[in-house]
Amino acid sequence: MTTPTGATTDGDTPGSTSDLPDNASADAPADPGFRGLSPGKLMWRRFLRDRTGVVSACVVLFFVLVAVLAPVISMLYGNDAETHYGQNDPTLLTDSGLPVAPNGGMSGDFWFGLEPGLGRDVMMQLVYGIRTSLIIAFATSLLTTVIGVALGIAAGYLGGKADFFIGRVIDVLMSFPSQIFLIATMPVVTSLLVPSGQKVPTWLPFVAVTIVLSLLGWMGLARILRGTALALREREFIEAAKVTGASPMRIIFKEILPNLWTPILVQATLALPAFVTAEAGLSYLGVGVSEPVPDWGRMIAGAADYLRTDVTYLLFPGIAMVIFVLAFNLLGDSVRDAFDPKANR
Amino acid sequence: MLRFLVRRSLGALVILVIVSMITYALFFAIPADPARLYCGKTCTPENLALIRHDMGFDKAWPIQYWDWLSAIFTGGTYNNVACSAPCFGYSFDKKELVGTILLDRFPTTLSLTVGSAVIFLIFGIGTGMLAAHKQGKALDKIASSASLIVSSMQIYVAGPLALVALVYSTDLLAQPTYVPFTQDPVGWFTGLLVPWIVLSLIWTANYTRMTRSSMVEQLSEDFVRTARAKGMSGTSVFMRYAWRGAMGTIVTVFGIDLGVLLGGAIITETTFSLHGLGELAIHSFNDSDLSLLVGVTVVAATLIVFFNIIVDAAYALIDPRIRLA
Repeated sequence: MTTPTGATTDGDTPGSTSDLPDNASADAPADPGFRGLSPGKLMWRRFLRDRTGVVSACVVLFFVLVAVLAPVISMLYGNDAETHYGQNDPTLLTDSGLPVAPNGGMSGDFWFGLEPGLGRDVMMQLVYGIRTSLIIAFATSLLTTVIGVALGIAAGYLGGKADFFIGRVIDVLMSFPSQIFLIATMPVVTSLLVPSGQKVPTWLPFVAVTIVLSLLGWMGLARILRGTALALREREFIEAAKVTGASPMRIIFKEILPNLWTPILVQATLALPAFVTAEAGLSYLGVGVSEPVPDWGRMIAGAADYLRTDVTYLLFPGIAMVIFVLAFNLLGDSVRDAFDPKANR
Repeated sequence: MLRFLVRRSLGALVILVIVSMITYALFFAIPADPARLYCGKTCTPENLALIRHDMGFDKAWPIQYWDWLSAIFTGGTYNNVACSAPCFGYSFDKKELVGTILLDRFPTTLSLTVGSAVIFLIFGIGTGMLAAHKQGKALDKIASSASLIVSSMQIYVAGPLALVALVYSTDLLAQPTYVPFTQDPVGWFTGLLVPWIVLSLIWTANYTRMTRSSMVEQLSEDFVRTARAKGMSGTSVFMRYAWRGAMGTIVTVFGIDLGVLLGGAIITETTFSLHGLGELAIHSFNDSDLSLLVGVTVVAATLIVFFNIIVDAAYALIDPRIRLA
């Protein structure tokens, strides 16, 4: 993976940082346009030059905005996600629960049509579904990153027993059939969070799915970081820090961690779309987020009953999902290329 | 090599014991009481206790786990059904031995996996190599972007769409079902055609991307440049130098994927209503059928671990620089 650059490694010794501007002003006058760029700025410049990356970032941003502004959209558009419009108004759905209007009931009032059966507004279900998906995907990414970073660095830097123990835990979790494990842990986590018999609060499915997905989501990052930390441990600047009497905590947070931000950020961006599809997959199988919280996976599962009669209901969540995941995947690739221009894929 | 295989197999056994133990422990943490389910509506406390005792659920879970583990080596008797040595328990829900059910379901998953693996290996590696060969040209760009789009599709989106396009609205292909190959080879083929197409479409996209990127990486290596410089023909450099190097990555990923797929593709089997191991897993979970769930999990985990060992051994054969220690 990425090897740390010298620029970031000696950045926190006060002497060297204060030297830099002096040197620059002493050497640079011949070229007034010259100025040093931090690695972050360089990365940002490379990213802006990547057209696919910028476009996909815009698409992702659009989805995030839609999720954040869902109540505003609902207000402007005039419909919400919960009301069973089709059941309230008998002219909208037939007796068998199918939309009367062609193309799944698409009309000026219901842009993306109506949900067969319950008669809810498909567009608002989609809009609020992004919220469900994004909240869980972001939370899971965050949680897996924290676990992966902590255990990866612990295994790589401490070595010995910690490394052995974490390595075996990863081996066992990697041998688990992941889908079976996810399905089987869902009710366990749910019952741990809320004692049986009590009313299930709305936040519970979000937290439960996040925890379950995180349990099997951190191993990849931990393995990568273990390798990098192992290599860093032997470097001179770590030895120098040890010699000067820095505590292990200081070495981990001030010396090692700053060198790992690149792989961490790249892996987290690439993991996001995977969690989006995993979350939808759980709902598709009927063990994820439950009614009445809108969810894309459950919409697709519900659409399977109307394949012969109302394909439109499958098309909207299906296509939205493909665009969403594609944009996230492209963004992940671009972030990786911007951080690590040497790796050509 | 032998030492490597023995050492890894022993490690694999330890992992499988832990995996099955965790599955047991997890199951007992689920609030549902399987004995109550079998007891039915007219359930008296005495009946419940009797059923619990028959099923072995009156003991603590570590003891139950030990019983299950020792039955694998010694066999056992459940509900007057004798179960010989490699005994994986008895499903009280299906009134059958777990081993029998697993053997009954495995051919479906095997057919699904092998059929689509043949397709996606041929097309995925083929397209990936073509794209790497024509790197930067129109063909490469089309193949790369198409595979990127397709690999962003999920089975649960592509599957229903394919059913609508190929079966429900056009009647081009048959409704997915599983017919044993030995019974009716033609029915076996036509029944699995739609799942194969969908599964292999998505996996082809993944393998195209992977093959292309590892070939491109190999083609930029120094030894490839040297071979070209000394005047070797483009084809032999491509096939004998770059391809050999790229094969390691592909074999590794394929081995891991094969293990996962053979253990049961839950979403694919649910989408096409095929009764394979994956579908069995989710049903055994919904029916609180512990012995069946543990059976499926252990079989799936065994396949994953087994193929991991095979991959590592195969890797050493492909790349002599790797030493098995």
